[in-house]
Amino acid sequence: MSILGNYVLPIVLTLIILIALYKKVHIFDVFLQGAKEGLSSTLSITPSLIGLVTAVAMIKASGALDIFSAVISPITSFFGVPSDVIPMALIRPISGSGSTALLDSILKENGADSLCAKIACVMSGSTETTFYAITVYYSAVSVKHTRHTVPSALFADLVNATVSIAIVIIFF
Amino acid sequence: MMNYIWSGMIIISFISACITGRMAELSNAILQGASNGITLVITMCGAMCFWTGLIKIADVSGVTRVLTRVLTPLLIKLFPDYKDNEKAKGAICGNIVANLLGLGNAATPLGINAMKEMSKTNPLRDTANNSMVMFVVINTASIQLIPTTVAMLRQSYGSNSPFDILPCIWITSIISLVFGIIMAKLLGRKSI
Repeated sequence: MSILGNYVLPIVLTLIILIALYKKVHIFDVFLQGAKEGLSSTLSITPSLIGLVTAVAMIKASGALDIFSAVISPITSFFGVPSDVIPMALIRPISGSGSTALLDSILKENGADSLCAKIACVMSGSTETTFYAITVYYSAVSVKHTRHTVPSALFADLVNATVSIAIVIIFF
Repeated sequence: MMNYIWSGMIIISFISACITGRMAELSNAILQGASNGITLVITMCGAMCFWTGLIKIADVSGVTRVLTRVLTPLLIKLFPDYKDNEKAKGAICGNIVANLLGLGNAATPLGINAMKEMSKTNPLRDTANNSMVMFVVINTASIQLIPTTVAMLRQSYGSNSPFDILPCIWITSIISLVFGIIMAKLLGRKSI
């Protein structure tokens, strides 16, 4: 399966180049044109990314997630949810690298085939970092009023966390 | 909205650090965070330029047009504001395909490309229209066919079958994606 994954990127790339060659496109010139646009896109999202990354680093360092987990855990453990996965559900929408680090420690402490590890894996594999996507996409086009984006995306995250827990408990 | 979320994160961090006594760590994180931000930007800049370059080749050679034709029925339903905008539909397609193939670092540049196309005909420049909201919501809940990071981590900690959670991951992401789309549609009925 992971070998298959290695093929995807080179195949996509080669396929596009072959088609472009067949259509007699000035491949490298066109590439440079496009790549230049990438440079200005990166520049336009830089300020907001720095802002977001700093705020996320602050949340992680302050222990806020531990406090939230401590508050939520009594309720969720009533429903048989392992308390180790609660911080995962909280950090997943905020930080991609943070959730990978947390996943690593859950796997280390509970073993890769434990129920808790499986739930954490499903949580982390089945969604994207919500606030990162929102920040990057809107700041690239300087949209200030995001309207119902955050409520809808967070609702999807809540569904995601709930389903992750339920499905692993049912399947395994 | 981001105004409140950003200030909320900072204020919550300060209060939490007061409670947990981790003020030194917090102080460190503020300085470190900002420089981590620029590292992230530099890291992603390469992929960004590469993929915007490649998508330009795909555009010029007509690959995007073919993809768009295949996905059009779906695109019209999800992004009605752009049902006659070929360029925007093409850009959206690129992003969706990259997401499905699990090309994480291609999906973001292609997504930005799509947002730019959508923004060109957006009547209110600083306000997202329903289709833009839908696009971002879909990207926050994106579907990965092969979640490599997760499987690799599980393998390295000695899992017997690191891929046995794949069906669970697929089902979970589809369910949450559908709920995200429904929520965005419902909330989008309110006029701007």
